[in-house]
Amino acid sequence: MTEATLRVWRGDRDGGAFEDYTVPTDEGMVVLDVIHKVQELRAPDLAVRWNCKAGKCGSCSAEINGAPRLMCMTRMNTFDPGEPITVSPIKAFPVIKDLVSDVSFNYEKAKTIPAFAARPKEADGTRRMYQEEVERVQEFHKCIECFLCQDVCHVIRDHDENKMAFSGPRYFVRLAALEMHPLDANDRMELIRAKQGLGFCNITKCCTEVCPEHIKITDNAIIPLKERVVTEFYDPLAWAKRRVFGRSGRGLPPAAAPGPSSPHSREPEPPSA
Amino acid sequence: MAADYGTRMATTAGVTRGTVTTQVERPDRWWLEPVAIVSVLGLFVLYSAWAGLVNAHYYSEPYLSPFYSPCITSSCPHVTFGVPFVGDWWGFSPAVFIVGFPLVFRLTCYYYRRSYYRAFFWAPPACTVPDARAKYAGETRFPFILQNLHRYTWYLAVPIWAILTYDAVLAFIFPTPDHTGFRLGVGLGSLIMLANVAFIGLYTFSCHSCRYLCGGYLDRFRGAPIRYRLWNTVNRLNTRHGLFAWLSLFSVGLTDLYIRIVSMGWLVDPRIVF
Ligand code: SF4
Ligand code: SF4
Ligand code: FES
Ligand code: FES
Repeated sequence: MTEATLRVWRGDRDGGAFEDYTVPTDEGMVVLDVIHKVQELRAPDLAVRWNCKAGKCGSCSAEINGAPRLMCMTRMNTFDPGEPITVSPIKAFPVIKDLVSDVSFNYEKAKTIPAFAARPKEADGTRRMYQEEVERVQEFHKCIECFLCQDVCHVIRDHDENKMAFSGPRYFVRLAALEMHPLDANDRMELIRAKQGLGFCNITKCCTEVCPEHIKITDNAIIPLKERVVTEFYDPLAWAKRRVFGRSGRGLPPAAAPGPSSPHSREPEPPSA
Repeated sequence: MAADYGTRMATTAGVTRGTVTTQVERPDRWWLEPVAIVSVLGLFVLYSAWAGLVNAHYYSEPYLSPFYSPCITSSCPHVTFGVPFVGDWWGFSPAVFIVGFPLVFRLTCYYYRRSYYRAFFWAPPACTVPDARAKYAGETRFPFILQNLHRYTWYLAVPIWAILTYDAVLAFIFPTPDHTGFRLGVGLGSLIMLANVAFIGLYTFSCHSCRYLCGGYLDRFRGAPIRYRLWNTVNRLNTRHGLFAWLSLFSVGLTDLYIRIVSMGWLVDPRIVF
């Protein structure tokens, strides 16, 4: 049997400090197992949030040696034996107790995104979408809401004051899933630019680096959204084209004109070229 | 009822402050990447500024340095379009007219932005390493809001690539020793110029704006099969955009360097002329 030392952040919203715990470990353990050992043998009052232990519920997010990770997916054999491993709560949000933080910022942001609004049915009473059209958004639906991307994003991690104006990478993934959906009729472009704060992102890709679902957040969600925002607000040729020819579709059938039920509706826009 | 930990109010206001102030240092050598980027980009900028301004040794028949192409002044030993657009009055390097195009293309490139925001601006220097500056507005204000015009620089980059490809074709056509005719051939310089346009082409056509303009703007691909296939192809290239960015940067610099040392007579270009 081997031993491991965890340096765990203990405290609450009034402050705290790291404490060392040395516990026996078995082969094949992950950091969450060792945290449970600490609870069992040394600190029964240690607070930790977890659920599935399979990397699918997104509950056990923490910072391990300073890196945002899922505790249940971080194997102990990836660390040098004998070296203490620091485990602290995700830093961008307020702590409740020990390793548990209050992530309600994210739930508040989620409420600001208009939900999917289906286009009207086609003449034969159906709605159709094709595999090649949904493939792109399927990646975004893998999100487990672990908020590691939110935690690592320097826009809010290092600048609390930006939290008002910036929703964070997890919500750009959500917005991309909706905006690129072949059957969605809502238009969120002004919202994305002005309220969700896409322009704050400087595409430095830390969100992509930490995503346990390997969603290419920056390349596949954020940058394509930035390009759509450019067409809508910054591209003079696209603007001129809109003035002369009016709006035309992003490959949308004419029958699928947005219904009056969706307040954000409009026919979307092709780029200038 | 769940306990209210005093954070709810702050959340409603949109601001939930992180409370853990202890900074856990990253144990790995995260500074290697910024150091490497600053060194390579810095070196490239210095070399290209010098090479573009010296106004000499940029042509060694039939090779034209990419820094000087298209060559449009009457002082050029090889005028790209046959007739010069700028007359004898221009006493400086002809590279001055064109260097800006590839420069703004790379400066506004999403991949280079990632790299220099990290390495030069330290926003952030590496993931979880704190930003150097207290205030941060990203690309919401001048001058960074201009990054939104990247697609226009792509419109300029495509013809530049086409001209460099034309130069690479010319690099396979050698003058006869008596300078009365031309022969096909292959020299080390021809192969270097070919590799260079291949890398620049891969870089230019893996661009995120290109990906969007080819079909990324569509929500429905049914009824747009060509755009769908184009978009798919660009998607595949796009996953390696960063790699192509570096490869093409190196290849441009090295192509110029090779032509320069051949032109200075330091090296004889090995070639087979048919
Ligand atoms: S790429 Fe943008 S959203 Fe992702 S971590 Fe960096 S700044 Fe934040
Ligand atoms: S996008 Fe990835 S990192 Fe962000 S919340 Fe979803 S699964 Fe977690
Ligand atoms: S416990 Fe569910 S993701 Fe770790
Ligand atoms: S050239 Fe890099 S994104 Fe356009």
